Amino acid sequence: MDLLQTKGIEKQFLGVKALKGVDFAVKAGEIHALMGENGAGKSTLIKIITGVYPASAGSVYFNGKECKFRSPLDAEHAGISTVYQEVNLLPDLSVAENICIGREPRTKLGFIDKKERKVQARKALARLDIDINVGENLSSYSIAIQQLVAIARALDVDCKLLILDEPTSSLDENEVKELFKVMKKLREEGMAIIFITHFLDQVYEVSDRITILRDGQLVGSYDAKDLPRIEMVAKMIGKTPDEINQMQAGIVKNTKFGDTVYEAKGIGRVGTISPVDVSIREGEQLGLAGLLGSGRSEIAQIIFGVDPHDSGTMTMCGKPVNFNSPQKAVKAKVALIAEDRKVTGIIPDLTIRENIMLALQASKGIWKTMTLKQQEEMAEKYIKLLRIKTPSGEQLIKHLSGGNQQKVLIARWLATNPKLLILDEPTRGIDVGAKAEIEALTQQLCGEGMAVIFISSELEEVVRDCDRVIVLRDRKKVGEVAGSDISLKNVMKLIAG
Amino acid sequence: MNKSSNKFRHLVWPLVSLALLLLFNAIFTDNFFKIEVKKQDSAQAVQSTAVPDDLPGAAGTAAAQAAAEEVEAAKQTVKESAGQQAVPEKKDDKGVSIFGYYLYGTPIDILNQGSKVMVLAIGMTLVIATGGIDISVGAVMAIAGAIAALLISMLDAGNCIGAGMGPAWYWIIPVAAALVLSTLAGFWNGMLVAGFGIQPMVATLVLMVAGRGVAQLITDGQIITFDNPGLVFLCNGHALFLPFSVWIVVAMYVIAGLLTRKTAFGLFIESVGNNERASRYAGIEARRIKWLTYVICGFCAGVAGLLAASNIKCADSNNAGLYLELDAILATVIGGTSMAGGRFFLSGSLVGAILIQTLTTTMYMKNVSPAIVQVPKAMVVIIVCLLQSPVFRAKVLSVFASKAAKGGVQ
Repeated sequence: MDLLQTKGIEKQFLGVKALKGVDFAVKAGEIHALMGENGAGKSTLIKIITGVYPASAGSVYFNGKECKFRSPLDAEHAGISTVYQEVNLLPDLSVAENICIGREPRTKLGFIDKKERKVQARKALARLDIDINVGENLSSYSIAIQQLVAIARALDVDCKLLILDEPTSSLDENEVKELFKVMKKLREEGMAIIFITHFLDQVYEVSDRITILRDGQLVGSYDAKDLPRIEMVAKMIGKTPDEINQMQAGIVKNTKFGDTVYEAKGIGRVGTISPVDVSIREGEQLGLAGLLGSGRSEIAQIIFGVDPHDSGTMTMCGKPVNFNSPQKAVKAKVALIAEDRKVTGIIPDLTIRENIMLALQASKGIWKTMTLKQQEEMAEKYIKLLRIKTPSGEQLIKHLSGGNQQKVLIARWLATNPKLLILDEPTRGIDVGAKAEIEALTQQLCGEGMAVIFISSELEEVVRDCDRVIVLRDRKKVGEVAGSDISLKNVMKLIAG
Repeated sequence: MNKSSNKFRHLVWPLVSLALLLLFNAIFTDNFFKIEVKKQDSAQAVQSTAVPDDLPGAAGTAAAQAAAEEVEAAKQTVKESAGQQAVPEKKDDKGVSIFGYYLYGTPIDILNQGSKVMVLAIGMTLVIATGGIDISVGAVMAIAGAIAALLISMLDAGNCIGAGMGPAWYWIIPVAAALVLSTLAGFWNGMLVAGFGIQPMVATLVLMVAGRGVAQLITDGQIITFDNPGLVFLCNGHALFLPFSVWIVVAMYVIAGLLTRKTAFGLFIESVGNNERASRYAGIEARRIKWLTYVICGFCAGVAGLLAASNIKCADSNNAGLYLELDAILATVIGGTSMAGGRFFLSGSLVGAILIQTLTTTMYMKNVSPAIVQVPKAMVVIIVCLLQSPVFRAKVLSVFASKAAKGGVQ
């Protein structure tokens, strides 16, 4: 007997069909991975199941009854809880307030029972083996803890089906292990879990069954043990396993380096990062490796002038520069694709065309404008070049999937023809196909003489793509490896100390 | 769905509302649409039968007997002109028309009286599009009117530089001074908001409260009247068949349109309003963009202040532009610009301003007491806002759809 079942779900957004008749079923007591590329329709399907959007056609059955949830709260009352990729909590409230929000325990007089609230919150967290001060503001804890608090909150209601949408993208290895332990425990208790992730290893570590979507259609549902990994990837991107092997082999490292593009001596900022030296040559790909919070992103922010440095000097192409605002960096042809796409990247209500032209226009200023035709041609060019999935450049960027938004941001900066491109976690939350595309693209750009600084939590990527790697720990540079010394083992050793 | 239909979609609901209001007037108000061509000669010259726009404000401070009398008088003139029984005729050789002819009638009057809010709405739209708000424009209007009236009275008395130009020309000095001062006021607001990061509502509240005091200081607490032909012409004169104020609005709208849509300024405003941090990361000088919108808004308030003073030929620091910031904000919102910032629609704001003025004028013509005039006005406004809400429309449609479905079964 299936706990959740969807039949012929269809969804249309402004002329785009996001789902084309999806049948999907989850049993009680299983961990079910929902896989697919960006834009395949995973998030849309989840949002229909949880009542964020109404379906254009088809029906959802939960516990044997047909359900039409009108809001996520509605679904929550029925026993479906969801934890999204972006933590959807209130950072300025305490952990306990966050966990109990909307269902606060009451005293006899009807006031909120603050003591009882803390007790309940501690209990909910204990289920995940977390012991933190529940009276503290949520924002005082790391993203990883916040994510676990979100899960604790989801479990706190009488939950039969738990949906985890990319829960691991901001967690480190140990935290992921903890999470998996919790997931397995919940499975024992008979809970059904839908698990969405882009980390293929993780899928096989915990999932019982795998359902694959492609272009809004169901490819199939399989037992995890019967589906080899390469075949799963092949089904996701609609290519044969052979073609994938070719794609991965197609990445060629550039080895010809030119003059130094950017050099910084002892740049630092009190309380953010201890002074470091960074230099990079034309055609070189420099990796910044380290754990989350080790100072990787902070270096990027300082180079780009978002957080101006308070010590050290920098030169660009041999000339002394002082990037104390992004405008200056952009004018000197530096580009930063920052970590948090939603907050620092996309302008949601503008079109794809406007999002692409924005940085180029900003560097030109207010008066030097491009004609509409030039803008359209530029958008068209990058939509084709980066294979952005959209019916036209006039679509609002917020209607695109995460990976396609990321491609638009890459287009925005390629349009400025930068000399130095900084990519901060460009592959987070996007699928294998798009990841390979982005990796191949950066190599190609290096081949054309661009200098690339690459920041990623996935060490394999750093090791595979970079010509030199700076390793950071506790906001300090702890080492640098280059050439053939770059290996997973060496980098790990430096990170661990 | 083609591009052009998307481009004008935001105008649909305000225009529908305006059309409904005009239809109401066409049916229930005699001679509402009657427009006459008047020949300009000094005996026939008709002064605009304007209803002072600050009537609701005057009603609020009903203690001031003078204000109450003014309201009575205005109501009377409207009634008379609406009935076309006795068009109030006055000798007035200031309303000079270029070709000797001009149009006269209620719709024209609405445009003339609505000019202040239309001008304000242009600046307000840009500020709101950046995610901000400027509630000081009414007070800035009072300052602009005060400095203009003070200077013109000094010029008339001959104790100010420039008096040698003669009354036909020296009105330019007070106009320029008022615009400079109001632009400075906008600069001050922009500095507080963009420079120091104070929340827009709080930052502009400073000038909203203090501005009228500044205006009182300028006029020494007096209501200064003037009759300089140049200054009076702004809101009472005619050119090319229409009130001169309408041409001021047209010019401001065209300039604002060119400034925002033919340069990248509009795109940057929308970008900053939609996601300020990401805009900064894209290399846009977000603070400068925001600052600039407040400066423009201050300038617009200055123009509106001159129109208001010109209209009643005096600077009344207490009542000039009173509550007009609310009308300007309302016009902007009715026009489809979100208070959250982002996309903005100048044309929508103009339609919104006309809608509000039509509503106000209709109230007076229907003889609604100024004391309660805000109530029906609020009701119409809430209807317009509901019509604009996609959620509300979907709800209403679903009710109709289910009724239709039931009807189909029967």
